[in-house]
Parts: sequence; C-alpha cells; structure tokens
Amino acid sequence: MGQHVTGHVSGKNYINEEPGLLSWFTTLDHKRIAILYFVSVMTFFLIGGIMAILLRLELFAPNTTPNVGQILKNGDVYNQVLTYHGAIMVFMVIIPGIPAILGNFFLPLQLGAKDVAFPRLNLLSWYVFMTGAALAIGTFFSTKIDTGWTFYTPYSIRTGGAVVMMVMAAFIMGMSSILTGLNFIVTVHKLRAPGMSMFRIPLFVWAIYSTAILQVLATPILAITLLLLAMERVFGIGIFDPKLGGDPVLFQHFFWFYSHPAVYIMILPAMGVVSEIITTHAKKTIFGYTAIAFSSIGIALVSFFVWGHHMFVSGQSELAGIVFSFITMLVGVPTAIKMFNWLATLYKGSIQFTAPMLYALGFLFLFAIGGVTGIILAVTAIDVHFHDTYFVVAHFHYVMVGGTLMAIMGGFFHWFPKMFGKMYNELGAQLSWVFIFIGFNVTFFPQFILGAKGMPRRYFDYIPEYEQLNKISTVGSWLITTGFLIGLFTMIQALRNGAKAPDNPWGSKTLEWQTSSPPIMHNFDHEPIVTAGPYEYK
Amino acid sequence: MASHYRDATHQYDSNKEGIWLFMTTEILMFGGLFVGYIIFHALYPEMFAEGAKFLDWRLGFINTLVLIFSSLTMALGIYYCQVNQRNKATWALAITILCGAVFMVIKYFEYTHKFHLGIFPGQKLNLEMLKPVHENLGLYFGFYYCMSGLHGIHVLIGMGLITWVMIKNIKGEFNSKYFTPVEGVGIFWHIIDLIWIFLFPLLYLVG
Repeated sequence: MGQHVTGHVSGKNYINEEPGLLSWFTTLDHKRIAILYFVSVMTFFLIGGIMAILLRLELFAPNTTPNVGQILKNGDVYNQVLTYHGAIMVFMVIIPGIPAILGNFFLPLQLGAKDVAFPRLNLLSWYVFMTGAALAIGTFFSTKIDTGWTFYTPYSIRTGGAVVMMVMAAFIMGMSSILTGLNFIVTVHKLRAPGMSMFRIPLFVWAIYSTAILQVLATPILAITLLLLAMERVFGIGIFDPKLGGDPVLFQHFFWFYSHPAVYIMILPAMGVVSEIITTHAKKTIFGYTAIAFSSIGIALVSFFVWGHHMFVSGQSELAGIVFSFITMLVGVPTAIKMFNWLATLYKGSIQFTAPMLYALGFLFLFAIGGVTGIILAVTAIDVHFHDTYFVVAHFHYVMVGGTLMAIMGGFFHWFPKMFGKMYNELGAQLSWVFIFIGFNVTFFPQFILGAKGMPRRYFDYIPEYEQLNKISTVGSWLITTGFLIGLFTMIQALRNGAKAPDNPWGSKTLEWQTSSPPIMHNFDHEPIVTAGPYEYK
Repeated sequence: MASHYRDATHQYDSNKEGIWLFMTTEILMFGGLFVGYIIFHALYPEMFAEGAKFLDWRLGFINTLVLIFSSLTMALGIYYCQVNQRNKATWALAITILCGAVFMVIKYFEYTHKFHLGIFPGQKLNLEMLKPVHENLGLYFGFYYCMSGLHGIHVLIGMGLITWVMIKNIKGEFNSKYFTPVEGVGIFWHIIDLIWIFLFPLLYLVG
C-alpha cells in the first residue's frame, strides 16, 4: 500500500521500550492498552466458559438419572450459573472483545496514525471497564443474581440478590464502551495519514467505525434503562411496575433498543476481521470494497429499528409485530451483500489454508447458518412457536460463537506475528480450529432440533425424549473446550519459543504490516504517505 | 500539544468533536426519560396535571432564569479566555458556579419541602396524607425525582468542572491560542441548561 515504511533497526518496540510491570498500568500507548484488554477479556472468557461447561454438564442427562443426572445443587443455582454465563460473555467478552483488543491495537496502525485521538481517555476506558467488571464479579461473592443477562422486569424488581450492583456494573461497562467508541470515531475522522481518504481505509476500520457509532448512539439508552431499573428496585418509582401504573414491557422496549444494536456491536467487528483475513490470505483484491463498507453502515442503521422482534410474544400490537418482522428481514440484505462479496473475493484467489483463513471460512459457514435461522425467527408465525426454545439458543450461539468468536480467534492468529513479533505453530493453530469448528457444530446443531421439538430454554431439567440430543450437545462442549485449550497452548508456546516473525509474514498491503513486528512505540519511523487503496493484490 | 497531532488546530478540532459526541450521548440518555414521559403522559394525562399542582412553578421559573443567566456568564467566561482577559474570565466563571449553587439550593428546598409533605416517588408516596385523586400519582413523582435528580447530578458535575477550569484559568493556562477545556465545559453547561428548559414545562407547567 503506497510507500513502504521500513522497520526499526534498534530492536526497540512497544513491549520493551518501557520496563517494569507498573509501566503497563500507566501506559497511554494504544498497543499496550490493547494488551491490557487482551489479558482481562481472556480471563473473563475463561470464567464465562467454565459457567457454560457447568450448564452443559447439568443438562447431560435428566435429573432423575443416577450419578450424572443432577450436578448442580438446585434450580436456583442453575439460574445463577446461566445468568453469569450470559452476562459475562455479553458484557465482558464479546462486546469489548474485538473493538477493545484488536480495534485498539490496529485501528491507529491501519490508519497510519501514532495513536488514538485521546490516549488518556483510552486508558481511562480500561480502568472504567475493569471497575465495572470487578463489580459484576463482586456480585458473585455477595448475593448471586438469577435474572438472566436481560434483567427482565418485573422479576428483576422482586427477586433477591445484588441486582442493583449488577446493573450498575453493566452501566459502568457501558460507559467504557461509549468512551472507546467516541475515541475511535474521532480517530477515524481526524487522524488518517496523508492520502488516506475515507475510501482507502481498510475494511476492518470501516467495521470498527460502524461499531463505534452504534456504541455511542445505543449505549446511553441502556444506561438510562439500567438506572431506572436500579431506581425501581431501591425506591419503587413505578415506571416498570404494573402495580403502580407502570409497564414492565416498556423495560423490554428500552432494553432491546440498546441490546439489539448491541448484537451488531458484537458482529460488525467480526465481519471486519473476516474481510482482512480473506483478502490477505487469498492474495486477492477485495471484491466490492464500497459495498462492504456501506453495508456495515447499513447494518448499523437498520439495527436501530428491529428491537421489537425480541418481543413478538410480549404483548406488543400485531401491527408492530408485522413491521418489526419486515424490517428484521431487511437486515439480511446488507449481510448477504457482505457474504457474497467475501465469496467473490475467494473466487479465483490464491487461497492459503492458514489457521486465520480456516477460522474465516468457519465464520462464513457458521454465520450463514446463524443468519438464515435469524430470518426464520423473524417470521412472526414461526417465532410464536420457537420463542424461548433451544432453537433461539442455537441461533444466537451460531452468530455470537460461530460468528464473533471464530473471527476473534482468526484475528488473533492473523495478527499474532504483528502483536508479539513471534510466529505461532501452524499445526497447533489449525488443530484448535478443527476441534472448535467440529465441537461447535456438535454442541449447537442438535439444539436446533431440540428447539424444534419444543425444549424450552433456561430450564434446569427436561423430559427423557430430549436426552439423546442433549448428550450429544454436552459432548460437543468438551470438544470446544479442547479446541480453545489447544489454541491457548499454541499462543503461550509461540510467546515462549516462537520463531521471530518477519515484518509482513502474509504479504499484506495494509499499513500495520509495513512497520516492524512488534511495532515501535509510535508505530512508524516516518508518517506513512498513502497513494493507493488497501487491497491492491491483483 | 500531544505528539500524535499535526498542529494545535488539529488537536482543537479533534477535542471539540469528542466533546460534541459525548454531549450526544448525554442527550440520548435523557432522551430515554423523555420517551418514558411521553408514553405515560399519553396514558395518564390527568395524573401529570394533578402532580404538577404539587410543584411551585415560581421556584421552577426562578431556577430557569438562574440557569439561563448562568449560560450567559459561561459564554462570557469562554469569550474572556479567548481575548486574554484572565481576571474577567475568572469572575464570569465564578458567577456561573454561584448560579449553579443557587439552583441547587432552591432545588434542595423544593425537595425537602416535598419530603415533609410525604411526597416521595412511586410506592413511597404517602397516600393517607395526600389523598390523591389519581391512583398512580406516585408514578408522576417517580418521573419528577428521576428527571430532576439526574439533571441535578449533572449540575453538580458541571459546577465541579467549571471550578476545575476556573483554577486552571487562575493559574494562567488559557489564552487566545488555547482554551479547549473551558470551551468543552461550556458546551456541557449549555446542554445541561437546555435540558432544564425542557424539564421546566414538562414537570411544572403540564396540565
């Protein structure tokens, strides 16, 4: 991409420039802050993952089965584990995952900037995030909550447990999300290198940019909703309480007005990662750059008008149901535009089946299933039957795990050489993909069938007819676990003994590969001057 | 100037965009409350009319005038910074803080007076003392306390921020080339005033 910027010869880089552990906690460097997020988010992923394994173990067999039937003490404990699995994975892993880790690290690099617009605010965001996370995990040690991650009223007003503390935690983490998004928007607007027009920025940047817009515009609504819920619990203000003239369904409207765009906060960055991987590892110019860029913005806009599809059976009017159903299907259009553009990029490309590419292909396959089942659920007549069944659980796991987590893993391996200056073991990384990909399908595909057969979600026990498929699903969760452990081991092994990574191991054209691996403190020796688009391969 | 900017103007423009984006989030957050208000006002207009009778519109009106006047002094504070008149800027900012304090004191008397009468939000509303006509009157006061309370918290934050830029100004950190913090705080203060200008009729004059 344009003029080449040579790597550094002094051996200094962002990792060893400032010594001491303390320097990491006071750093203003976007790359170091990304590493802080990397370590914290992965720790939360481990905690949320253990919760998931517990849930699957409990559902291995009906409770009446001797020995393996009932693992958890009772249904209350199951509800708590379920709540923490959901809340941790959504608020502490998938939402911050790609933007805060990969976005922080690569957004300025891909723009040819020295840092994000507000480095101090960037560090503050991390501290705010950790404060919220500490509060959220703190509830686990005070009184556990069992509302599910959605905190639906009126149950969340009446139930015991530290609901106020948990919603304040989500409020604070939301604030961190807003500040990060704000920082990224200004960075994209103001800190592009000379020659980097808006239509020369890499598609990962477009994706993070669209996400940032959603973070800034949607999260405040979550903030006020959670504040009102806390007020409702503490003072009984009445707005969500039917006894006092309030409306519990209004909570659902408010909650999903944020949380549906939040679904795209989770998936859009993943789409950006996939765009980078596919074009780089197929050595081919991206097909339909403008279409992919604008479809990100399109998804972001449409996502504000579909929240009602979570509430088809909550008592909203039929007309609202029909309108929301129609608009929801519209989301399929920009999403499909992306899918076909990625496929067209692969067509006649020099595809290398590296680990990042495998993860990206896994994303295409699994996300397609997740997306198409989303269209099925958007049909009101079908949703009435599938609502609150395992079909829905399978659908959103295909999007969030099959989509976002696949992309996170692909992105980690794709950028690993740049982030840490070490090459990972290709075999280990591919093996992790095999286990995660197969394990994922083994876990979640049976849940589509279970849902179609009517098994309700969030239940502690089930009738014997569902046993076989649940057993398969639980075995699948062990395969996924194995896959992630292999991935973790591969990364640790690479950090300890990996070969030194060249500056540009994949022969990529985007700017982050034109500086040294790992990058120097201020990213580039000289400010890069951009003379061409980001993907001019052939 | 931070090293990742080309020049001072570049940094100024970026900071200003950041501040405006942040103000957007503030407006959206209050927006949630306004939407809730609109919905319940459509359901129970007579409840809002009854609730507003318990409020003294004269106090609300005085507070509105105080805040509008403080917006003027805030704007003057920014202007004096821009033209290097440091002492005048300090005075303007100090008066702005004072206006904020007057607003909060009036608010304090309004609140305590209501507590005295048993006017609490939602289920805590003292029905025996008040004997309200509308059975959900507590909900009106739920809105009253949430909206004016969240606004009051922002006034306090604003006063803190103005104090911060005033101290910076006394230390002589601002001049015609650099005044970003005082302008940013000013934008925050104006938006808070603007929200009150909507809250006043919605809470005091409704019905």
